[in-house]
Amino acid sequence: MSELMTDREIDRSKMHVSDNVAIEITNMNKWYGSFHVLRDINLTVNEGERIVIAGPSGSGKSTLIRCINRLEEHQQGSIVVDGTELTSDLKNIDKIRSEVGMCFQHFNLFPHLTILENCTLAPIWVRKTPRKEAEETAMHFLEKVKIPEQADKYPGQLSGGQQQRVAIARSLCMRPRIMLFDEPTSALDPEMIKEVLDTMIELAEEGMTMLCVTHEMGFARQVANRVIFMDAGQIVEQNEPEEFFNNPKSDRTKLFLSQILGH
Amino acid sequence: MSDQAFVRTEMLPEKEPPASTVGIVGWLRENLFSGWFNSILTVVALGFIYYVLSGLVPWVFQSVWNADSLNECREIMTETWGSTHGHACWGVVNERWLQLLYGFYPDHLYWRVNLALVLTLVALAPVLFAEQSPRQLWYLTAAYPFLMPWLLWGGSIWGPIMVAAGFAIGYLGYRILVPVAGGLVAIIAAFALPIIWWLFLAGGVAGAIDSVIPIGIEAVESRKFGGFMLAVLLGIVAIGCSLPIGIVLALGRQSDLFIVKTLCVGFIEFIRGVPLITLLFVASLLLNLFLPPGTNFDIILRVMIMMTLFAAAYMAEVIRGGLAALPKGQYEGADSLGLNYWQAQRLIIMPQALKISIPGIVSTFIGIFKDTTLVSIIGLFDVIGLSNAIRADTAWNGIYWELFAFIAFLFFIVCFSMSRYSMYLERKLHTGH
Repeated sequence: MSELMTDREIDRSKMHVSDNVAIEITNMNKWYGSFHVLRDINLTVNEGERIVIAGPSGSGKSTLIRCINRLEEHQQGSIVVDGTELTSDLKNIDKIRSEVGMCFQHFNLFPHLTILENCTLAPIWVRKTPRKEAEETAMHFLEKVKIPEQADKYPGQLSGGQQQRVAIARSLCMRPRIMLFDEPTSALDPEMIKEVLDTMIELAEEGMTMLCVTHEMGFARQVANRVIFMDAGQIVEQNEPEEFFNNPKSDRTKLFLSQILGH
Repeated sequence: MSDQAFVRTEMLPEKEPPASTVGIVGWLRENLFSGWFNSILTVVALGFIYYVLSGLVPWVFQSVWNADSLNECREIMTETWGSTHGHACWGVVNERWLQLLYGFYPDHLYWRVNLALVLTLVALAPVLFAEQSPRQLWYLTAAYPFLMPWLLWGGSIWGPIMVAAGFAIGYLGYRILVPVAGGLVAIIAAFALPIIWWLFLAGGVAGAIDSVIPIGIEAVESRKFGGFMLAVLLGIVAIGCSLPIGIVLALGRQSDLFIVKTLCVGFIEFIRGVPLITLLFVASLLLNLFLPPGTNFDIILRVMIMMTLFAAAYMAEVIRGGLAALPKGQYEGADSLGLNYWQAQRLIIMPQALKISIPGIVSTFIGIFKDTTLVSIIGLFDVIGLSNAIRADTAWNGIYWELFAFIAFLFFIVCFSMSRYSMYLERKLHTGH
């Protein structure tokens, strides 16, 4: 099992779940052609929640969080993010996307722009922030992810872990209220996984609402307040991490946990 | 302790590479004499190069520059070297080079062609070397599409100004209609208004203003255009217009909108499926049948349009290749940050897709520039057409090599420059490891 080894105590003073609803998914269904990939998803995420979504590959967990900022379109049911319902209205989509940050498995940095330009692009063009202010914000977040000295380099010159931290900083520059992580550490060497997870933990400590698709069960145990297990396009089980890992209810969950924690 | 156990107690220092693998000696060994077979190939190749050059160099340099006819050339050759074989007669180039460059353009107006060429180079500077050029040059680049034709064709200044005004009208119409009628109506108006203006109003307005304030230079008819200047003119227009049209077509082909996509695919496949020469014949002959009698639709303008469309169809496919090579993650990265479609295309997708496509784009540019020589078939006197005319002259009847070598040289300079520039650009845009 890839157990996260944080060498420090996690500061939980700001990690509290509010009563305000951040994301409300009701009876959501999605098909790829005739393949029913997400089935009757009901999920309410409150502000400040840190949710880890786990499950075997092909279970629809990535598709689920990609629906939240409309990288994938759902065909039935409703998704409401921060009070705005996701419909085919482009204005709503762009509004939600600028408030929901996302980090990808393969970082998806823009290779033709420097690290700083990667971080300032969206604030300048979407938020219409003045360049100078956007650069100051970008440097602030690059310092936060501990790579301010790389600001003038290009993504191709950075290691995978550094690139993923830039990707997190790039999202943060838009001052998102919710962060989505789509297997942020799956493409990284073991040495680099820790530096990315540390960044994510810091984010959680500041009270960010987070949804993470990840196989890092150590992270789930230490940081998440809720773990969701998905299989075959459905939410099979969700619980607090302690309960989820120590006392799984469904057979499918037990099998999954025994496979990934078994060695 | 087992036999395999090993512990290094001292780290090894860095050493120089062996002398025989670096410097000139190393390069020669590695590239020319890396084995007995390669050594033989090197010697044979050197021998072959010597053989070709030993024929070519004397032909080029032991040659006749001052002669009025092929016969005079031959007499001088026989006098000087004893035979006419193996010596070029550049007299034809010496006598006719102005015609080969300018066609039948009036010789007291050559300065206008030269100025247009200088203007072209200056207007290109901010496009080709954006970082090294002063920003003010962009104004000249913007004015260039109207200034250059005016310089070449001459006539009243109000014509090009009214054409430029059409773009301003389109832009204004868009800005005024966006808040009132919404995006789609505004875009349609932005295209329709200028077209209405150009077709029905611009000519009359230009004439009216010209009768009050006549400003103009001597007009030159299209049939006087020719020579290498015509190739460069057609090349610049086809290259300059085909890139933006190609980008739009490539995006249209990827569009989710069924009708847009079908139109783009149909256009690209039709144009690519037809030889350029047929399109040129359509431009020169068939259009006359369809246009209302009495319309004067300039032949060079018709050829420009056909060559641009032809190049644009190829350009669209080259750019589509670049778009296809981009990982899907780039689109998702842009989307996830809230960039809209056009912002994503302009800031993220196109810069990368165009960079990937540079070799293909430049190949298409070079191809279309060389294809301009096909206009000789529909009766325009470009360099090839002129060379045929010159060879029909009794003085130069029977001369081939010297004329075509000169023409090849002209094209080679331009095409080679384009090729070198594309390599410079690729190096400049390289941001990986």
